[in-house]
Amino acid sequence: MFTMNGAQLIVGLLERQGITTIAGIPGGANLPLYDALYQSTRIRHVLCRHEQGAGFLAQGIARSTGAAGVCFATSGPGATNILTAVADAYLDSIPIVCITGQVPSALIGTDAFQEVDTYGMSIPITKHNYLVRSADELLRIIPKAFELALSGRPGPVLIDVPKDIQTATVSFAEWPEPGCRQEPPVADQAMLLEAAAMINRARRPILCLGGGIIHAGAAEEARAVVEKGSLPTAMTLMGLGSLPAGHSLSLGMLGMHAARSTNMALQDCDLFIAAGARFDDRATGKIVEFCPAAHIIHMDIDPSEVSKLKNAHVGLVGDVKESLGRLLPLIGRDERKIWRNRIELLQELYPMASPAAIIPDTPYGLILKVAELAGEECFVATDVGKHQMWTAQVYPFNRPRQLLTSGGLGTMGFGLPAAIGASLAHPERPVILFTGDGSLQMNIQELATAVEQQANIKIIVMNNNSLGLVRQQQNLFYERQFFASDFRIDIDFAAIAKGFGMTAFNAAVDCRLESLLERVMAVKGPCLVNVPIAKEEEVYPMVPPGASNSFMLGGCNAEKCGC
Amino acid sequence: MQKNADVERRQVRAGSAMMVLELTVNNHPGVMSHICGLFSRRAYNLEGIVCVPIANGEISRMWLQINEEQKLDQVIKQVQKLPDVLGIVRHDAGHEIFTGLSTFV
Repeated sequence: MFTMNGAQLIVGLLERQGITTIAGIPGGANLPLYDALYQSTRIRHVLCRHEQGAGFLAQGIARSTGAAGVCFATSGPGATNILTAVADAYLDSIPIVCITGQVPSALIGTDAFQEVDTYGMSIPITKHNYLVRSADELLRIIPKAFELALSGRPGPVLIDVPKDIQTATVSFAEWPEPGCRQEPPVADQAMLLEAAAMINRARRPILCLGGGIIHAGAAEEARAVVEKGSLPTAMTLMGLGSLPAGHSLSLGMLGMHAARSTNMALQDCDLFIAAGARFDDRATGKIVEFCPAAHIIHMDIDPSEVSKLKNAHVGLVGDVKESLGRLLPLIGRDERKIWRNRIELLQELYPMASPAAIIPDTPYGLILKVAELAGEECFVATDVGKHQMWTAQVYPFNRPRQLLTSGGLGTMGFGLPAAIGASLAHPERPVILFTGDGSLQMNIQELATAVEQQANIKIIVMNNNSLGLVRQQQNLFYERQFFASDFRIDIDFAAIAKGFGMTAFNAAVDCRLESLLERVMAVKGPCLVNVPIAKEEEVYPMVPPGASNSFMLGGCNAEKCGC
Repeated sequence: MQKNADVERRQVRAGSAMMVLELTVNNHPGVMSHICGLFSRRAYNLEGIVCVPIANGEISRMWLQINEEQKLDQVIKQVQKLPDVLGIVRHDAGHEIFTGLSTFV
């Protein structure tokens, strides 16, 4: 018989799950949990400075490894603070297990100190959630939470644990098995045959790889299908890296800030194959005008995604790795010369960036220089805004999980703690963070965590002293009435970072950026460099929100397009 | 494999014109919030609910009256995903449990 309290049981079960890092902040309602964690020799606790940081740090671990990340917060404000990171994980299907303290059971519903209805608030933003009612239940709930987070379409699970459950004594005969990813369902064979026939028949097919490819570990299978069928391949923001950027069949990202050539090809395709992608409005533009001439094949592990927004002619519900693997022998080798020539012509005419736009001192140039210095092994985290879209447009992502970015929820403040998480999970590899001055200020306190943990992250602040994408929309769609988007003070980010004990630099307007970046990359441990970017640098091309992807503003050779 | 609840289809008798979903669910205080929350946040209309505990209170039976023909498949797929939902029966022609209720209002 094993006898211990609920908190010790939780920590024991987490150890048995193989968890080695937990991000969190202690408070009144989860102190027993911290008392138990103090005894653990296997789990390292990372003290963050805000619960949202802890949630994103756990996401950084989960996104960079594919395993579940774990975070702790106390009741009340601790819980409400961490919910943004939980919602973010929900929209991007990231497996995290969030364990919150709650006021003692007897006080629930009395408006006790630091009491909020964490269970109720987390229902719509979790894959599943629990309010633990007895310490015994933990034996079932903790392994089940990991099973749910990792199985099928991954997602966050929240477990709310009242303080008296943490201190209650529990006895049990044997430890339960750790929860793990359950075997995914496989797609129907008849549907696979039909999909293969459609692909073989198509003259102008385009494949679109989404985040599901990365979650399923299906990049190799995808590449084999792409190459055998000569399928021009676009990626969603979440899918970047699943086909190397330099691959001859890669069209890069699709949607609002895609290369003109990519969206133009999509308008023209006769078959659109979505693999692990969910037809997000930022990817499709006005949905009724998306791929207007195309048949649709939709591969997804979540049956509710198929035909949710766009009717699929063939829906392959199941593990996308399995579906692609079984599709490979069924599709014919086809060079599709005419279609590929047509796309190559479009790409020559409308490249993502003109040669003039990729010299250092421009946003693209800066990103490409950093990519060159960082090498292929690095992870790249971004925050949310212009810098994120520029990075998505031109960074040469060459493998799954290389990019960590908040896609669905688009949470400013995601980048810094996520980068720390990736770095702690991969201490031997460099992590680059592209952020903006607006985003960085949303979780700037985590600079302290980065220094405390000596995380090997290099923070590139692309500083236009404004909320750049908001300003861009005001420029384009609100008669240039810039309101509440320009910051009126200039922050010395290098001085701030130094105040946290971090090595930091300010790039002067006339400095030699390349040699400065080389110095930054050579620093051991965390380092920040602040690079001024002109406010007027916009992200082009841009499809106005709600418009069809055929309607793009700006970008290279826009004037030649006549649309 | 992570198994979603299966859907059974029954067209017993024409009661109310509105279709009814009959769910078997785990019985704990959060289940009703999960079901109702799913409907409200995805903008599906839920017209009526009847819920009773069964099997010594371990599980509950729940009848949902729905007026969402166009979105029905999507509604069902979303309900199926809830881990607390154990079984779903679809009554396309309504269910008699709602027919007598009008005498109380």
